[in-house]
Amino acid sequence: MSHYDPVIYSRMLTTLTLAFHIIYATIGVGVPMLIALAEWMGIKRKDPHYLLLARRWARGYTITVAVGVVTGTAIGLQLSLLWPSFMLVAGQSIALPLFMETFAFFIEAIFLGIYLYTWNRFRNPMKHFMLLIPVVIGSSGSAFFITCVNAFMNTPRGFNISDTGKLTDVQPFLAMFTASMPTKAAHVLATAYVTASFILGAMAAMALLKGKNHVYYRKALKITMVAGLIFSLATILIGDLSGKYLAAYQPEKLAAGEWHFKTERYAPLIVGGILDDQNQVHYALKIPYALSILSHGLPSAEVQGLDETPKDLQPPLWIHYMFDLMVSIGMLLLFIGLWYVIAMRRRRKSGESARPLNKLLLSLIVVGAPLSVISIEAGWIYTEVGRQPWILVGFMKTVQGATKSEHVDLMLWIFAGLYLILGVSSAYVLRRMFKHHPAEEELKGGGSKA
Amino acid sequence: MSYEILGITVLWIFLYGYLIVASIDFGAGFYSFFSLITGKRHRIHPIVERYLTPVWEVTNVFLVFFFVGIIGFFPETAYYYGTSLLVPGSIAIVLLAIRGVYYVYSQYGNRNNKFYMFLYGVSGLLIPASLSIVLTLSEGGYIHEQGGVVSLDYHALFTSAYSWSVVVLAIVSVLYISAMFLTYYAAKAKDKEALDILRSYALFWSVPTILCSLWVFFAIQRHNLDHFNKMVDNAWFFIASFICYVIAVYLVWKRSRLQLSFVMVMLQFGFAFFGYGKSHLPYILVPYLTLHEHFTNESMALALVIVFLLGLLVLVPSLYLLLRLFLFDASYVRGKLSKK
Repeated sequence: MSHYDPVIYSRMLTTLTLAFHIIYATIGVGVPMLIALAEWMGIKRKDPHYLLLARRWARGYTITVAVGVVTGTAIGLQLSLLWPSFMLVAGQSIALPLFMETFAFFIEAIFLGIYLYTWNRFRNPMKHFMLLIPVVIGSSGSAFFITCVNAFMNTPRGFNISDTGKLTDVQPFLAMFTASMPTKAAHVLATAYVTASFILGAMAAMALLKGKNHVYYRKALKITMVAGLIFSLATILIGDLSGKYLAAYQPEKLAAGEWHFKTERYAPLIVGGILDDQNQVHYALKIPYALSILSHGLPSAEVQGLDETPKDLQPPLWIHYMFDLMVSIGMLLLFIGLWYVIAMRRRRKSGESARPLNKLLLSLIVVGAPLSVISIEAGWIYTEVGRQPWILVGFMKTVQGATKSEHVDLMLWIFAGLYLILGVSSAYVLRRMFKHHPAEEELKGGGSKA
Repeated sequence: MSYEILGITVLWIFLYGYLIVASIDFGAGFYSFFSLITGKRHRIHPIVERYLTPVWEVTNVFLVFFFVGIIGFFPETAYYYGTSLLVPGSIAIVLLAIRGVYYVYSQYGNRNNKFYMFLYGVSGLLIPASLSIVLTLSEGGYIHEQGGVVSLDYHALFTSAYSWSVVVLAIVSVLYISAMFLTYYAAKAKDKEALDILRSYALFWSVPTILCSLWVFFAIQRHNLDHFNKMVDNAWFFIASFICYVIAVYLVWKRSRLQLSFVMVMLQFGFAFFGYGKSHLPYILVPYLTLHEHFTNESMALALVIVFLLGLLVLVPSLYLLLRLFLFDASYVRGKLSKK
C-alpha cells in the first residue's frame, strides 16, 4: 500500500482498538454479575468458599478493568480523532446515550473503588454486597447505552437532514430507542454474561484438570456453569429475535451473511461452505426452510435476497464465515453447559458428586473460554462489516465520515504496539497474581485476608 | 441562564474537577516513584497509596465526561479539534493508557516493581503537558482550515512561547497541587515524617507555580491580545487567586490548618481557571467556534441538561460516600480499618 489513504487507516485503527477493547469490555460487563452471584450465595449460605471466590475474582477483575478503562477512553477519544465528520452528526443526534454512558461509568468507578477496599469495614456483610449492585448496574448500563449508539448507526432515526446538509427535527430520545436497540443491547449483555461465566469457569476447570480436587473449585465450576447455561439459552433466544429484526430492518446484512442471493419463499439456511468467484456455494449444509423460519417464523415466508440491494451498497460476502463462527460457538457453549448440568445431576443421584468430572468435559470448558471471546469478536465483525459501506446506514458512507488528517498510518502502528504491550502484560500480571496466591493457601488462612 | 452558558459552565466545572483530582493523582504517582529512587519510599508511600487506590478510576471519568460532554453540547468541536488533534491526542491516549494500567499492575499485580513505578510516575508528568495542548490550541493561531481540510501547524506550536508556558505551568502546578494535598493528607494521618517531606515538596514547588502563572499571563498578551484584555477586565479573578495562593502557602509554612490550606489551593486554581475561561468566551476555538453560534440544537441541549441534572442526583451522593469512606474517615486515613 504505497498510497496513503486516511480512510483505510482510520478503519484499521478503529477495528484494532475496538477488537482489543471488546475483550476487556465484555469481561468488565460480565464479571461483576458473577462476583455478585458468588458473594450473594456466600452470604446466604454462610459459605466462606463462595466469599473467597468473589474476592479472588474481584482482585483479578481490577486488572482487566484497568485495561478496559484505558482502552475505552482511547476509543472514546478516537471517535472524534478519526471520524470527525461523523461525530459532528452524531454529536447532534446521539449525544444523549453517550453522555449517559459516562454517568454509568462514573457510578461503576466510584462503587468499584469502594467495594474493593471495604471487605473488612462493615460488620454486616450485606452492606458490602450492596456496594456491588451499583457496580453491576453501572457496568451493564454503560454497555446498554453504548450499544444504543451503535444501534443508531445501524438504524438511524430521530432526525432529518435538510438539502443543505443541516440536521433538523432532532429527537434525542427517539434516536436512542431505535429498531435495532432492543435485540442488540439484550444480545450484548447476555453474551457478556456467558463469556464471563466461561472465562471464570475455565479457571476452575483448569485447576480440576491439574488434579486439584478442593471443593472450592467444584463450587466455582458449579456457579459458573449453571450461570453459563442460563445465559447461553437467553443468548440463543435473543439471537433468534435478532434474525427477525435483521430481516425486517437490515435485509441486506442478513442476505450477505446468509449468502441468500435471490428473494424467495421457503428459503434454506446455508451453514458452512465456501463461496467461489462466481458466487457459487460449495460444500455447504443446506437446512430447508430454516432461513424463512429464522427471518419471519414461518417456513413459507419470503426472504429478501441480496439482488434487491444495489451492487455498490452491498456488504462484503465473507461476513458469512463470521456468522457461522459466532453461531456454532454459541451452540457449543450451550452444549457444554447442558452436559455439565446433566452430569452433575447424575452424580448427585448416585451419590458420587465428589468424584472428578469427565476430563473431556473439563477440557471443553477450558476451551470454551477463548472460544466465547472469539464468538464475541466474530459477532461484532459480522454486525459492523455487515453495514458497510455505511457508517450511518442510509445517511452517511464510511468514506465521508473519516478524518482527512495526516499520520493516521503512524498512529496505527503506535496503537498496535500499545495493545500488544497491554495484552501481554495484563495476561502476565493476572497469571502471576493467581499463581502466587493459590486459593488453597488463602483457604487455610481463613479466607479473610485482603 | 441560557442553555449554552449552562452547558459550558458544567463542562468547565468538570474540567476543573479533573484538573484538581488528576493533578493529585499524577503528582502522587511521580512522588511515589521519586521517593523510591531517593530512598524515602517507605516514609511517604503508604500515604500516597491509601489515597490513590480507591479513586484512580474516578479520576479518569472526569476526563471522559468532559470530552463526551463537549461533543454533545458543541458538536463542531469534534470536527475542528478532532482533525487537528490526531497526533497530540493519540499521544495523550497512549500515555493515559500506560499510566492507568501500570498503576494498577503495581498496586494489585506486582507490588513494588520499579519498572512499573517508573512508567506510571513519569507518564503522569507528561500527560498534563500533552492534554494542555487543547487549551493552547483554543487560543487560535495554530489550527488552519483550507479547502475543507483542518490541520495543525506544528511549527507554530513548537516555536511559540505561549504553548511552552502552558506546558511548563501544567507540569509545575501538578507537582504543587499534589504536594499541597498530600501534605494535608499526611497531617490527617498524623504521619509526621511523611508530612515533613511532603511539606518541603509543597513549599519548593510553590515558587515556580506562581512564576509560571505570570509567564502564561504575559505570553497570552503576546499571542492573543484580545483575550489578554478581557482577562484584565476580569482582573479580580486573578487577584483573588493570588490571595488564596498566599494564604495557602503561608498556612503550610506555619504547619497549621492544612485542610483550609488545601481549600485555598482549590480556590486559587478555581479563580484562575474560571477567570481564564470567562475571558476566553465567547470563543471555544479562536476564530472558528463560538459559544452561541456553534451550540447544539435546542432539543438535544434540553435532553442533555435533564439527564445531567438527574445524573447529578446519583453522582453527588456517591462521590460524597467515596470521600467519606476514604478521605474523611480518620481511621482509614491512618491506615486502620474499622468495622462499621
